[in-house]
This record gives sequence, C-alpha cells and structure tokens, in this order.
Amino acid sequence: MTDVPEPAASPPDARHSAGGLRVTVDLNLCQAYAQCCYAAPDHFVLKGREALHYDPAPSAGARDDIERARIACPVQAIRVEDAGAARR
Amino acid sequence: MSDAETRVVVVGASLAGLRGAEALREAGYAGALTIVGAEPHRPYDRPPLSKAVLTGEVAADATTLPNLVALEADWRLGAPATHLDRTRRLLTLASGKTLPYDRLLIATGASARPWRDSAQAAFRGVHTLRGRDEAEALRRDLAAGPGHVLIIGGGFIGCEVAAACRTLGLPVTLAETGPTLLARVLGQHLGAVVGALHERLGTTLRSGVKVEALEDDGTGRVVRARLEDGSVIAADVVVVALGAVRNTAWLEGSGLAFDAGGIDCDAQGYVLDAADAPDPRIAAAGDVARFPHPLYPGRRIALEHWGHAVAQGRHAGRLLAGLAPEPYRDVPAFWSSQGGITLKSVGLTEGADGFCIARGSLKEGRFLAVYGREGRCIAAVAFDCARWLPAYADLIAEGAPFPPEPTGVDAGPFTVLPPDFPEPARKDRS
Amino acid sequence: MTDDTLFARIKDEANRPDPYPLFAQLRTCPVSRQEDGTYVAATHAAITRLLHDPRVSSETLPPADRPKTGNPFKDWLVKPVRDHLTDTHRPFIFRDPPDHDCLRAAVMQQFTPERVQAMRARSHVLVDEILDKLGDATSIDIVDDLAYPLPVTVICELLGIPPSDEERFHGWATQLATALEPDTLQDDALRAENSRTFDAISEYMQGLIAEKRKDPQDDMLSGLATEGVDGRPRMSDFDLIATAILMLVAGHETTVNLITNGMLTLLRHPDELRRLREDPTRAPRVVEELLRFEPPVQFRTRTTLCPITQDGVTIPEGAPLVLLLASGNRDPAVYAEPERFDPDRTDNRHLGFGGSLHYCVGAPLARFEVEAALVALARRLKNPRLTADPPPYRSGSALRGPKHLRLAIDGIAP
Repeated sequence: MTDVPEPAASPPDARHSAGGLRVTVDLNLCQAYAQCCYAAPDHFVLKGREALHYDPAPSAGARDDIERARIACPVQAIRVEDAGAARR
Repeated sequence: MSDAETRVVVVGASLAGLRGAEALREAGYAGALTIVGAEPHRPYDRPPLSKAVLTGEVAADATTLPNLVALEADWRLGAPATHLDRTRRLLTLASGKTLPYDRLLIATGASARPWRDSAQAAFRGVHTLRGRDEAEALRRDLAAGPGHVLIIGGGFIGCEVAAACRTLGLPVTLAETGPTLLARVLGQHLGAVVGALHERLGTTLRSGVKVEALEDDGTGRVVRARLEDGSVIAADVVVVALGAVRNTAWLEGSGLAFDAGGIDCDAQGYVLDAADAPDPRIAAAGDVARFPHPLYPGRRIALEHWGHAVAQGRHAGRLLAGLAPEPYRDVPAFWSSQGGITLKSVGLTEGADGFCIARGSLKEGRFLAVYGREGRCIAAVAFDCARWLPAYADLIAEGAPFPPEPTGVDAGPFTVLPPDFPEPARKDRS
Repeated sequence: MTDDTLFARIKDEANRPDPYPLFAQLRTCPVSRQEDGTYVAATHAAITRLLHDPRVSSETLPPADRPKTGNPFKDWLVKPVRDHLTDTHRPFIFRDPPDHDCLRAAVMQQFTPERVQAMRARSHVLVDEILDKLGDATSIDIVDDLAYPLPVTVICELLGIPPSDEERFHGWATQLATALEPDTLQDDALRAENSRTFDAISEYMQGLIAEKRKDPQDDMLSGLATEGVDGRPRMSDFDLIATAILMLVAGHETTVNLITNGMLTLLRHPDELRRLREDPTRAPRVVEELLRFEPPVQFRTRTTLCPITQDGVTIPEGAPLVLLLASGNRDPAVYAEPERFDPDRTDNRHLGFGGSLHYCVGAPLARFEVEAALVALARRLKNPRLTADPPPYRSGSALRGPKHLRLAIDGIAP
C-alpha cells in the first residue's frame, strides 16, 4: 500500500476492515424481477411495485446469500466486492 | 512511451473516477495511477444519500462503492485539486503539493447549489444535499425529530427528501417556484401526477412560491422561511435543493473551456481549450463533462446521471489507456424512487413538443409516457413499469417516429398533448 | 435465408436428445419464417427485444371449443357458457396487461420471500427423505424416484393442498403440461383429455377454495382466496382456479426437467459433479448455468398485434412467433464458448426463465428445489453411472426433458 498520508489518508473503514462486503445495484438495469429478494431476503427488499432497497454493506456472514442474489439477477445488475479480495 | 514511465492522475474520487480507473487497468494500463479526492472518503454511492440514508435504513458510511479491479492506486483523499498547469503537466493540491501527470482524467463532479445568502445558509438546521457528509448531517437533524421540515426546490432531490421525511413521519412542506414538481423535466402534466403522489404521502406542496429569506431565532438556528408574498413557513430544518453547480473553479488559469455548467469536451471525450482544440492528454467524465451527444445535435450536454458516470467514466478510462473507443453515445437514463414509486427515464425530455401515455394508465398509477420532438421519439418515462422501458430505449436510440406505434398490449387510444414545460428557468433559481 | 424446415425438425422427436445444432443453423438468421408460417426468433438479441416489445402478445390461445359430448343439453346450453368462462379466465401466462399484471400481482403478494425461503429448507428435507426411502438401491431413476415427487410436493405444500390429495395432482400436472406444446391444438384426443382433466381439477379446486375461505390457513391458496392486492377485491373463483392450475403445471414439469437435465449434465461433466460434491456452495452457479445450457423451457410462443420488423424480417400481424429461448442461451454473440458447460462464467444473462412481464414467477422456488436435489445427489449417490446416453426423452419439444434417467449406483450414502 502506497497511500501517502497527506494531507489525510482515508481512515480505514470499520465495516471494510471487518471483512464485510460492498454491494451496488445498477438500478437503471434493474427491472424488479426480485430474484435477489428471494435469494437474500435480509439484504434485498422490494418496496412498492418496483423500488429495490438493499444493504450496501452486508457482513461477511451474508456472503453466500449475496452471491446467490448476484448470480440469480436476470439482468446482472448486482455488483459485489468482497473485502477479502486484494484492493488498493 | 511505455507504461512504466507513464503517470495517470484521476482528479475526483467519484463514481466516474473510480470506474474510469478500473477501465484503465482493465485495458491493460500498468503504469502509475494516482486518485485525488476532495473529500476524505473513498468513492461512495450517491443515490442512497437522498433515500435510505435519510430514513436511517443505510448508514452514510456504508455507501462506499464496490471496486472489483485491483487498482494499485496511490490515493490522495481530502486533497482538493486547486490548480492545473497544462504546460508543465502539473496538478496542484490544496496542500500546495504538486503531482505531475502524463494523462489526466477529470471527474470532479458537482456540488449542491448553495443558498444564495451565505449568512442564512450557515444557520444551524439549513442543509444542502450532495455529498456523504451532507447526508450524514441532514440525517442527524431528521433523526432528532424536527417539528417541521421545509424543502426548497421541487426537483428530484427535493422530492426524494420529502418522501424520506414522510417515511419518518415528519411534517414537511415542499416549496417550488414552478407550477408543479419536476415540471422542468417531466412537464406540468406528469409533474402534477408526482405532486399528487407527494400530497397523498402527506407532504404540503407550495407551488409557484419563492422563498425570500431564511430567518433564525437569534442564536443562529433557523426557525422560519419568509416567502416573497410576505407569508412565513415555520421550519426547524430547511433543505436547500436547488440543483447543482459543476466543480470547475479549480480549472481557473488552465486555459480549458469551462464554466459552472461543466468543462467542454469533444466527441471523443478529450477536454477542449478556449480555442476549441482538444488536449489529448486530458479526458473528462461524469457530471462535470459537457460533451456533444449524437442524439442531441447542436449543443453540448452535461448529465448528472449515475449510469452516465459509470459509462462515460469507463469510456474515458479506455481512452486514456490508449484504446480508441467509439465516441460515447449511450442513451441517457436515470431512475428516482419516491414514496414507493419508481420513476425511470431514458433519453432527454428537454425540447419535447409533445408527449403521450403510450402504455398503462394514470389511474392505475402505472404507465409509460413517450416524449417527442419534431416527429421523433426523444425520451420515455416509466412509472412503475420498468419492463416496458427497454423497448422504448431502442426507439429513442433509433430516433423512431413520434407518436409511437399505438397498437400493443396495455395501450388504449392515446392523445398527444403538449408537455407544458414551464417558461425557461430563471437564472436566479432560488 | 435459412432452411424453413428447421423448426419442424426441432419438434421432431428424433432430434429431442440434441436439438442444439439445429439452433445454431437457425441463428444464422435472427428471425426466420418457417414453412408452416411460424416465425422463429433465435438470437439472444432478437429474443430479448421481442420479449420486451409491447406489440407482442401472449394471448395466443384460440377461442375455447370444448369437445361435443353428444348430449344436446350439454352441447347447446352448457358448452357455450363454459367456453366463454374459459376464454375470459385464462391463466395469466396466456394474458396481457392490464389483466395479466393484476393477476400476477395477486400471486406475487402471496409468493413471499419468507414462504419461498421456508420451501428452500423444506426442499432439502424432502430430498433426503426421498433418498432415504430408496435404501440400498443399486439403481435409481432420477425422474421417477426424485424429480417427479419433489416439485409436486413443494407446490402442493406452498399452495396448501392436503398431503392426501397430492397423488391426484401428480397425474393432473403431467396431463396438463401437454397444453404448453405447440401441436396440442391440432390433436383432438389430447384436447378432449385436457379438457376433462381441467374440469376435474376445477371441481376439486372449487371445493378447496371454499374450505380455505371458511378456514384460512397460512398458505398461498388461502391468501389468494381471501385477499386483494393494490386496493382491488380478491380474485374471482374462475381466475383463482386458472391461477392455481397454472402454478401447478408451470411449477411441475419444468422443475422435473431441470433436475433431470441437471443430473444428466453433471454426469456428462464428471469434474463438475466432483466439484459440486466437494463444495456445495457452487450449487447456485451450477443451477444458473444449467438454465442457460439445458433450459427446461426451450421456447415459448407469442403472437404479433401488428406487423413488426425485426432484423430486416417483417413478421405479419397475428403470426405465431416462437421465441427460441434455448437458442438465445447458446448465442456466441453473447457467450464465450456457448457450447461449453461452465458454471464459472460471468454475466450469465440467460433466458432460461424467459424475460420481461412473463418472467417465470416460480424461478426462485425452482432454483432452491434444483439446488437441493443436485447437492444431495452429488453427495449421496455412490459412483453414479448413466445406463443410457442419451436417455429416452418425453415427446415435448417446448418443455423438453428425459422420460427416464436411470443410473447405476453403488448405494446411497446416509
């Protein structure tokens, strides 16, 4: 890591260093098929007819369900970063 | 020049900047990469800031964006760029430190347009909303259970904040100078539909009013807004939602063509100097880039859309990696979610001379409107019917005749109406 | 111009084991007219576009016309009424918005993530029970022994059908699945049989719905029988019966085929079978790739409400339009090495569940059932071997799958 601490390097994010995940959904692509809501109901919820609410920072324990949601998305709109992966 | 000696600097630790940096690496660029950000945060996602962050469903610091490509980047965060010297190819940061570059990606985005009176803007309880810190501050004030929230500006941010306040059960007034909400984007017909939605949610709408001044309690805490007609609205939280200004002030002296509406680019994505000559070392992407789009000839456009930041960021990354991508021509698209209703749009409604409800019905609250100009489809807006939208995105990309084919499922006979956009926006939009 | 007999050859039973080379030929022309006047869309792009095209209708069924009985009272008085009711209360897979959307929304309101997750756990239990019962078997028919009993039990439990009646549903589901085949309409005997089955199941459902109304339980049928959606009143009995039958038929044969196609594919790719056994978390990827590689629903038929030009071909108004989903899934314009079974592929936007308004309602349930079945089969079957490759196939070309999949095994692990 070559972060130069000037003037202020970003403080390590508590959630990230705890080994959590990061999730975004491309809601332009999303057509509310709701497959993620069935795969990982604790992290994706459809409100109203088409409004997808999701947890952008699930804990590492949710990895299998989040992965299941990502794979099942018919328009492949879900992007997941695993904090375990190398990232600088 | 080999990659080993090349230095790429990305100005803007933003969605466009991050996706640009990823595309650069994916294109095989192996040289030095520095990412400069004005805020102390890694790139984060903005859409939740006006929705789930305000309701408390999502913490502001949970919005950091996923990053799938190993960037091997030198991050300079909390380090706003202050000057660009294109002759010496040096970027100056607020600390005074300089960064040399061989290729530069400008993705500095935009800021919320501040309240016009800076003393009033500094009252406690007065907010703007664009960045993560602003969202966190507003969330704190909303969570404290204010007596009344006033939102100034009936654009998308204003509408989404109002819906979030109603989710929290807070009394809220939405004040808009125009005739209806979202009238500049949707026209008055559909703007009225959105207005009715917010009234159903319990928001008090004040259309066609101008807030003259914010007033405090004598200790610097906002307590009311005074309207042009002399009446007052009591409010202990005020959200100023009057659009955005592009973050271009730091380009003063760079010789580039820019103003508060963005930085001018050519069709490739390279920035232009004051003489309209491209600088092949510098590309721009996202909110800040004002570029010619083949679907909207005769002008340059700057888009504040999430998907645009992703797509144009990636385009710029490939460009700077030395690939020669096709000129960027993605059809503009955005979404908004308000009170459980999802509104999605493709194309740009600006300049439309007609619109029709092509699918569904206003009564069911589920419909698709198509906008046309001079006999061509230029935009479509879907309320809770996202699955129809791809078909219309194709029509818009092709410039298909307007009105569209009336035959089809879920289509009654439709009439083409004028969209009734309000008079051109006043320069003073407060 | 492609060969205009290709679709007929796809329907020909001789090509059931491997229709994929025919799809590749069809894809040379994204949309083609076949000799019988059917239009076939074969590329991923053309299918995707037509799935979303509002000028394409799912109301493809001809007017109802029950077989005459010879009894004048029934033929002249009862038949027109029943035909009319059938026409006005089609299952929503054969309907367009706004009716389709209302009916589907009512189902989605009951098809909650909680209920589906409960069936996820239940599927694992059911699969293990089924395999436990087989004891020390040295052979297994994946179709009869596992793939058939599992989905019918799951859909019956979800709907709230008493376990004692499950057996009857089994037969009904199998019979009615033939209604989704394109040539059924030309077969009078089959139509008559389907009509009798439909009447039998309707009568049964009518009784059950009355019971659910009197004494609602926590199941989908009770919910559908008592609750409206979006401020509308609850569904009519006729719509409710059609909906319940649809869920039974659509959720049954398709899942049977996916489980069977899945095991067949894994046995043809022993490395993948081994990897799944060693790492059951691979199951979602395996299932998703199966939906691309061997989708149980190979094609769906639609019709055009006006002339539509797609890829230079003008499909006339009212033409039967076949969306060859299984061909789109092997389109080299979208997939690298499309003919390779690769659970690790990324960006798998397959058409295995269709798309747009009619995207398979039961997709999440199917995924969980098939996951449970394949994980258990991979783990518990000792040294499974195919006894015939290709296996015998059932006649259907739209819903395609083996009639039997007999494996020799060295036993079943606990």
